[in-house]
Amino acid sequence: MSTPGKNLTRVLMQRELKSYFATPVAYVFIVIFLVLAGAFTFYLGGFYQRGQADLQPFFNFHPWLYLFLIPAIAMRLWAEERKSGSIELLLTLPVTMWQAVLGKFLAAWAFVGIALALTFPIWITVNYLGDPDNGAIVAGYFGSFLMAGAFLSVGSCLSALTRNQVVAFILTVVICFALLLAGWPLVLDMFRGLGFPQVVIDAIAGLSFITHFSAISKGVIDLRDLLYFAAMIGFWLYASAVVIDLKKAD
Amino acid sequence: MIETRELCKHYGGLRAVDGISFKVEPGEVLGFLGPNGAGKSTTMKMIAGFLTPTSGTATVCGFDVQADPIAAKRLMGYLPEGAPSYGEMSVAGFLEFIADVRGLGEERRRRIDDAVGRLNLAGVMAQTIDTLSKGFRRRVGLAQAILHDPKVLVLDEPTDGLDPNQKHEVRALIQAMSRDKTIIVSTHILEEVHAVCSRAIIIAGGKVLADDTPQALEARSRYFQAVSLSSANPKEAQELLARISDVSAVEIDPQDGRVTAFPRKGRAIFDAVTQALKQANFQFSEIALEQGRLDEVFRQITRPAGAPVAKKKEAA
Repeated sequence: MSTPGKNLTRVLMQRELKSYFATPVAYVFIVIFLVLAGAFTFYLGGFYQRGQADLQPFFNFHPWLYLFLIPAIAMRLWAEERKSGSIELLLTLPVTMWQAVLGKFLAAWAFVGIALALTFPIWITVNYLGDPDNGAIVAGYFGSFLMAGAFLSVGSCLSALTRNQVVAFILTVVICFALLLAGWPLVLDMFRGLGFPQVVIDAIAGLSFITHFSAISKGVIDLRDLLYFAAMIGFWLYASAVVIDLKKAD
Repeated sequence: MIETRELCKHYGGLRAVDGISFKVEPGEVLGFLGPNGAGKSTTMKMIAGFLTPTSGTATVCGFDVQADPIAAKRLMGYLPEGAPSYGEMSVAGFLEFIADVRGLGEERRRRIDDAVGRLNLAGVMAQTIDTLSKGFRRRVGLAQAILHDPKVLVLDEPTDGLDPNQKHEVRALIQAMSRDKTIIVSTHILEEVHAVCSRAIIIAGGKVLADDTPQALEARSRYFQAVSLSSANPKEAQELLARISDVSAVEIDPQDGRVTAFPRKGRAIFDAVTQALKQANFQFSEIALEQGRLDEVFRQITRPAGAPVAKKKEAA
């Protein structure tokens, strides 16, 4: 069907992205993100002490940084629309469910992308101090951005479940935490102890954000890791659309 | 044109909307009346394509709302209950967003100016919607609904929260637009039905209980064509009027002592009453021919006689 004018997903995305900056939330988020990213890298990560010109200590903490910061962004995606009732306006405009889900998700993703891009001084620093593999750093940023998308898509779905943002936040943190930990020996040993077959344990390990992210952040871009994140995002966004459709009446 | 066929919405065991069928043609303004919880909003949400019906269909200008939602939504302007919008946006920003979603393109500026002019929003264009009064927010919601000059308008309580002047303006706006559009308006303000609607549907318990013009609904009232008068001697007036053959009953209002003579169904008694008063040389200060009372008809239709609660107790 032909629509005169602009692409609808983009119109929705632009509106959403602008609304982030209409309140102090966006600026607070960006400042906290940058401060924590720096603190983790330099203090916990031992950026100087390692004596290596790379951004591993920076990227290593991203999963944990995202664990709490991304749900804070994602929690308002649909819960807010439900609470204010604007979801009824949005879904009675001539837009498809997909355009709505995708537009809002892309806005949140672009916003996290902006925050991530603002960490560029650390990239300048490492180039000033030494001679890093800039290809690996670009891959690291790319992987981090992909992982942020996966976190956000989980948040999008859980935000659609409730009109309470706090509930959405906590649910997202819990699910994301589970997805992060899935690759840890501690968790895998627990499943092994419960007598699950190796296939199941491999599958659980394969679900982990960390497993896939750490490969990319070291500069190894494997198609399987890309597919993993794409599938994650696709699945959770699809689930978002289903949940919104089921729960919009409440 | 809007048409619904056997539209139903059930929530578990609750039948919020239970087989509602009607058809509204261009040029008609249909008033949707009913007590709170009657299913007015639920029906409108289904027509607007927000809620999925449990069964039945709704079509807008021939497009099925479920099978072809985008085509139906393009032709429709919808004001949801409570006029929700994006509170952090400015009025101008919000209307521009709606214009973009509606794909107005080159017409955009002209259409926005038109809607802003019709709803007197020019003074608040730069304000964020959250800071507006309830009346202004409602008007922003209306501006959003009429922005693309839709063929079909579905307005859920468009005058709720407006002051009398604004109510008057919005009613005038609806009437001005009604010539070439199909409009459904829900309300629980009965005077509004008179002011804007060419037809009224009364629903309660999810069912259509009456579907008629406001005048015909009023004619169902027992006050229709009744004659009332005030005098110093109500008892005597009652006896006098009760003797007229077409008068079915004469009542005295216990509060102000006003005497009302009710006609037998379909009869006019005004002439007979004035004649009888003249012959008896009866003194009265003032006399009036009553119109039907819509609120009385509304109560009659939506609250059937009898007290089912008390009966249930007896049975137990």
